[in-house]
Amino acid sequence: MANRCAVIGVGQTHYTTKRRDVSIAGLVRESALRALDDAGLSFADIDAVVVGKAPDLFEGVMMPEAYLADALGAAGKPMTRVHTAGSVGGSTALVGASLIQGGVHDRVLVVAYEKQSESNATWALSTHLPFSASLVVGAGGYFAPHIREYMRRSGAPGHIGTLVAVKDRLNALKNPYAHLKIPGIDQKMVESTPMLWEPIRYLETCPSSDGACALVLSSESKVTGTPAWVHGTAMRSEPIFRAGRDTVSPQAGKDCAADVYRQAGIADPRRQIDVAEVYVPFSWYEPMWLENLGFAAEGEGWKLTESGATALDGDIPWNASGGVLSSNPIGASGLIRFAEAALQVRGMAGDHQVDGARTALGHAYGGGAQFFAMWIVGREKP
Amino acid sequence: MRDVAIVAFAQTRHAGHDTGLSEPEMIQPVIDEVKERTGLGRFGFTCSGSCDYLAGAPFSFVSALDALAAWPPISESHVEMDGAWALYEAWVRLQHGDVDSALVYGFGKSSLGDLRTIMTLQLDPYYLAPLGLDQLSYAALQAAAVGADRAELDEIVRRSRADGRSNPYALDLPDPDPGEPDALVAPPVTDGAAAIVLAAGDLAGQLCSNPAYIRGIAHRIEPHYLGMRDLALSASAADAARAAGVGKGPVEVAELHAQFAHEEIILRRALELPGETVINPSGGPLAANPVMATGLIRIGEAARRILDGDARRTVGHAAGGPCLQQNLVTVLEA
Repeated sequence: MANRCAVIGVGQTHYTTKRRDVSIAGLVRESALRALDDAGLSFADIDAVVVGKAPDLFEGVMMPEAYLADALGAAGKPMTRVHTAGSVGGSTALVGASLIQGGVHDRVLVVAYEKQSESNATWALSTHLPFSASLVVGAGGYFAPHIREYMRRSGAPGHIGTLVAVKDRLNALKNPYAHLKIPGIDQKMVESTPMLWEPIRYLETCPSSDGACALVLSSESKVTGTPAWVHGTAMRSEPIFRAGRDTVSPQAGKDCAADVYRQAGIADPRRQIDVAEVYVPFSWYEPMWLENLGFAAEGEGWKLTESGATALDGDIPWNASGGVLSSNPIGASGLIRFAEAALQVRGMAGDHQVDGARTALGHAYGGGAQFFAMWIVGREKP
Repeated sequence: MRDVAIVAFAQTRHAGHDTGLSEPEMIQPVIDEVKERTGLGRFGFTCSGSCDYLAGAPFSFVSALDALAAWPPISESHVEMDGAWALYEAWVRLQHGDVDSALVYGFGKSSLGDLRTIMTLQLDPYYLAPLGLDQLSYAALQAAAVGADRAELDEIVRRSRADGRSNPYALDLPDPDPGEPDALVAPPVTDGAAAIVLAAGDLAGQLCSNPAYIRGIAHRIEPHYLGMRDLALSASAADAARAAGVGKGPVEVAELHAQFAHEEIILRRALELPGETVINPSGGPLAANPVMATGLIRIGEAARRILDGDARRTVGHAAGGPCLQQNLVTVLEA
């Protein structure tokens, strides 16, 4: 079976609206050097580099890994570029882990980024393909109807979204890398912001961030420092236009979770997982994913959110880092979830550390809620 | 490493112009063909390669999923690279030992835009892209560095197009006109797709009578900046060839991702291919160049010689980036 794989280094940049001081290459290199430093290694110790980002149309650089080879110390090595829509950060970690699990390499550098200040994501996501109807404006326009359908089905009261918006931003105040820091944020402040896509208000959406995240992954024999062990990895995809597809709780998400839980020996995620970093770009996706990932029964996710269980001091903290709602360099957002899960089980999450975290879930989704990538990491060897 | 073999290969009859097919419509027949040949309807892993810039819209791979009948949901990933790198990712995934089959495909419609200009956008966006160096210009820099004899280059083009005319999947292109001015012959603008099925362990022999076993596969990248490389050589192709073990035995056929005649000269040297190796009997990229599938087709064509029982040891090669910046080499054996 697959070889063991561990996260031995994590590097992040301080997420912010505009990093005018660095180029794209400078940004990714900053995260890579921090991850190498964390692992006590240098570029010379790396066997292969895997880069992930969201569509090339964002920054207007086609296949940017060619240009980034020099900055990431990849010359003379294998370099791979992953692109699986919004889930790409998670998929990038999984492609890197696969190289170690397959016994091909011992140490892999994984980097994902977006420099949204040199990009126009809403434009790039709203292009009109020939011979197909373009019905959306940006990602919010696409996902808002799915959220309304969730509210209709579950009977969730309208304020649940604002609770998540507040909770994640309070967590962000404890994360030095988080982008949005809004002291004094409360429900009233969220409710006072403009409605963008009914029922999503301005403060219920993710920001546009510049940022990069990097991981150093290692085989068992080459571990340095403090490892977070990979206990399970899974990807699932389903077609966007399949008639009868449930876009509120997609089958691909359920199947992906079932696969990764089976590998990690998890029967009851609510009890067995200590902390989860889940891709929640719009506040309402917390209750929706609580159900899709089996933390709550169908129609019950919003009650878990309302009870405070997912807060930093709750029994199952979700997005202790502040999540995508607080930092969103799109292509990196999935990898940040995977990285924060690793930081938690390494006990290195600082002020947003969940006490005694031993098992954590990293989750990312993308496309029309049709691409999923997940891993479970743990303090102990699998 | 676990034994992994190519057990089926299919490609479109490539077109030199937009035939009006959408990408999923172009992909579906080749997917159906490899499913039919292997009798497999589901695969342990699926991976594809494509490029959003060819369609001019994000997420070209999203609609491609509609061609796969990906229901129930599938374990799937995508590289924004030539499909050859998707094959590499699938080969790695099969090394885990928990799944035995993988579907790999690559596709692209370069007829939709101006490929020469689009390729400018893969250069460093601050220092190189603003110079407006297009694909032909940087290829010409490399051709100048190689300094090959005009007659040798012309012969590569003539041979490739002649082979392409006898390949039903490649384009029908005439012999180059000897009166043409002294200019670089560019690969044809091409729309097309290709698919390959990989099988591991006992499954390979069950699905196919002559599996093409992947005995070595490796890829390498080198510095981006043209001024940091000796353009007459390809260090990354040479490294990848050594890591894949090209020199460990005779090579009957090599399918090289050489989009220009001078690239074939560089790659023959880098892979240290002997004179008796037949290069690009399919016609190669000079006879059909469906960008994002061209490299995968090289591996498929190299495998086909073994699948058909015509060869015992072949090499497939794929390239990416300006002036052969990135190279993948695989050695296939009966």
